[in-house]
Amino acid sequence: MDSANQKKLKILIADDSEMNRAILSEMLGSEYEILEAENGIQALMRIQEHETELSLVLLDIVMPELDGYGVLKTMNQRRWIEFIPVIMISAESGTSHVERAYDMGVTDFITRPFDARVVHRRVVNTILLYAKQKKLLDLVTEQVREKEEQSSLMIEILSHIVEFRNGESGMHVLHIRTLTDILLRHLVQMTDRYSLSQADITRISTASALHDIGKIAIPAEILNKPGRLTEEEFATMKQHSAIGASMLESVPHKEDEPLIKTAYEICRWHHERYDGRGYPDGLKGEEIPISAQIVALADVYDALTSERVYKKAFSHEKAIAMILNSECGVINPLLLQCLSEIASIIPEEINRKQNSWSASQQEITDDLLRQNQLTASERTLQLLEHERMKYSFFAAMSDEIQFEFNFFPPIATISALGAERLGLPETISDPLHNAQLLEMLGSETIQELREAILGTTPEEPVIQYECKLCLQEEARWMRFICRASWSADEPPACIGMIGKVVDIHETQLKIDRLSFQAFHDELTGAYNRRYAKQQIIERLETHTNSKFALALLDVDKFKTVNDTRGHDFGDRVLAYAAQKMQQSVRNEDIVARIGGDEFLLFLEYKENNLEGMVKRIFSSLIGELEGFPISFSMGVAETDSVGNDYETLFRSADQALYAAKENRGQYRFYHNSMQTGSSTISLIERNSTPTTTSANGKGRNAT
Amino acid sequence: MSLKECYQSIGGNYEDAVGRLYSEKLVRKFVFKFLNDPSYQLLEKSMQEQNYAEAFRASHTIKGICQNLSFNRLQESSSALTEALRAGYSPQVPELVEKVKADYRETVEAIQRLQAEEGMG
Repeated sequence: MDSANQKKLKILIADDSEMNRAILSEMLGSEYEILEAENGIQALMRIQEHETELSLVLLDIVMPELDGYGVLKTMNQRRWIEFIPVIMISAESGTSHVERAYDMGVTDFITRPFDARVVHRRVVNTILLYAKQKKLLDLVTEQVREKEEQSSLMIEILSHIVEFRNGESGMHVLHIRTLTDILLRHLVQMTDRYSLSQADITRISTASALHDIGKIAIPAEILNKPGRLTEEEFATMKQHSAIGASMLESVPHKEDEPLIKTAYEICRWHHERYDGRGYPDGLKGEEIPISAQIVALADVYDALTSERVYKKAFSHEKAIAMILNSECGVINPLLLQCLSEIASIIPEEINRKQNSWSASQQEITDDLLRQNQLTASERTLQLLEHERMKYSFFAAMSDEIQFEFNFFPPIATISALGAERLGLPETISDPLHNAQLLEMLGSETIQELREAILGTTPEEPVIQYECKLCLQEEARWMRFICRASWSADEPPACIGMIGKVVDIHETQLKIDRLSFQAFHDELTGAYNRRYAKQQIIERLETHTNSKFALALLDVDKFKTVNDTRGHDFGDRVLAYAAQKMQQSVRNEDIVARIGGDEFLLFLEYKENNLEGMVKRIFSSLIGELEGFPISFSMGVAETDSVGNDYETLFRSADQALYAAKENRGQYRFYHNSMQTGSSTISLIERNSTPTTTSANGKGRNAT
Repeated sequence: MSLKECYQSIGGNYEDAVGRLYSEKLVRKFVFKFLNDPSYQLLEKSMQEQNYAEAFRASHTIKGICQNLSFNRLQESSSALTEALRAGYSPQVPELVEKVKADYRETVEAIQRLQAEEGMG
């Protein structure tokens, strides 16, 4: 049997009772492939999955999660109802239910109890009806297009007749149309003053061909007279605009056709001028319809650049210059700007369009179809199917995790490969409350992402967000790049998002490593001098009421260590010293290596406890490494005595260190008698003797 | 006991069911399947938990199934309960629930007897 080779049509049965689904399945028999859903959300998920292949939905009203009306509402929003017929199968039979369902686009109603023959017949009828409707729609589309092409052709023939009689090139109409078209397209980019839709532009361009039809009524001797026209002849000539308009006005029963209306405006007023000095009505400024203003400008340009019985052709550049200089009458300044902005592309466009007008003749039809919001035709469905195929192909080729999330009903879909990587299903209903997702992302991340998306605008819908994701027991850095979907409503509403998740773990680790290296000393892991300075200055500036101490330390006899035990051992001593210091201070204190064997400590202290703290730290640093005794000389300066300037603080500590090194293994506090500027670190000068001295690091040298 | 007698004992319409499903075999299949339908258990549970919205849905489902199987008696009592629960709780509900319970038990017992006899025969 050949039917066995044909692909079975798919029908979705959405009913919360398994019994009812089974009975319906049985009644429909083996001719169809049956999909099932036990609630509204599942139904929408099935529809989304099989969008273009579903032939019919049998829909119950009373269902958990989301009822049949909810399903219909979304089917309307997503415009699925236009190509997927729905039959209601509810046990509800009140007229209000029936009416509401029909209002929401339901095709038919089957009441219970189900009768096998009735169910079967109605299903077949509905599917056939929709198939027929699709075919008819395609047919109508085709006919409208054909008709459109023919009427375009008629307009061209008509206007050519006028032109030939006029002795013009035969290209005039085409040039006017091209110029009108490109001027309008640029104009709508410059301003929305005239609120012109794509359909308006196409209609004006088409109607522009008729601008001179009134010339058919002007005697040929006047039309083709080589020399200057007499005043009387010119008056006759001028009548052509009003004559053309009245010809259009008298087309029987067509006065309300938009094309006729536009053509009337153009015919009657394409010789009006912006300053009111044109004819026939002497309209001024924006009293002249924009269609007529544009065609008038196009007409002037083409007249200048064409050869006529009474004149030679000007070059493109000359013509533009003449128009911009108002040598051919006053023109709307906005249109002059428009013309000057596109002037450079005009000759090329005219050349190009000469051969390709027929290609755009479909535009009106397409616009009409779009504007009337006709239902999806077979062609649209094919395009949609093609897009889906393209999308899934590229999604499969890319190793990114791609996803889509609609807020109502709340369903997230993840690309196949992405779902596999994440260990998630491809479709997740109510993702904001999904346990697996919550665990993977954390509620905070979900909240932040949500806020970021809701914070977008239709103009700037894209956000980036970086966070750690728990992927198969490993936390990795990921970047979300998401685009919010905004509805076309007024005001627009955020209805969902699409996005991808990129693994940036390696990059992020590298950045972390580099930034660590930028701030830390490689050998000891302490801060480097530059970063320590930056941090200290920041603290001094932001905590002006706190007390700080800056200490500089030297490893005693370090030169000897290097000389006797080698540089490797020297390095170990430095690492050991840094480690000791880190252990001796609090987390918020700063430990830095600022030179060969020189270290810096920066500490905050409270009233009166500095001395005790320094003493404790100093003695905890004393120790030994592999039999080598380690001790330090240390100089300390306090903000209390020298102020909050970093340089002063540093220099003072340096001088105190210089003093401490006199005897080594001791610490000294800076005192203002040291201020002559001896230094160990910056090696400024060493000609002064600091005030001294106490026993081995055991105390402050009080004066 | 035949399927027809089973229908008679539970106040169902055998001819109507066979007339719509066009085969006694199918009717029998779904009648037995009725034993496994969870809607009645859902009704009991939601009544206990005083979740009347859920009870409404369960009762509604029982009604729909009974319509399709022409279990007229149970359909009538479940239909009355459905309407009483439509706007939440109402005073007649407890009485109507008892009626549904009685009809359900009777229906299930008859079907089980039929199943047992056929199993033996």
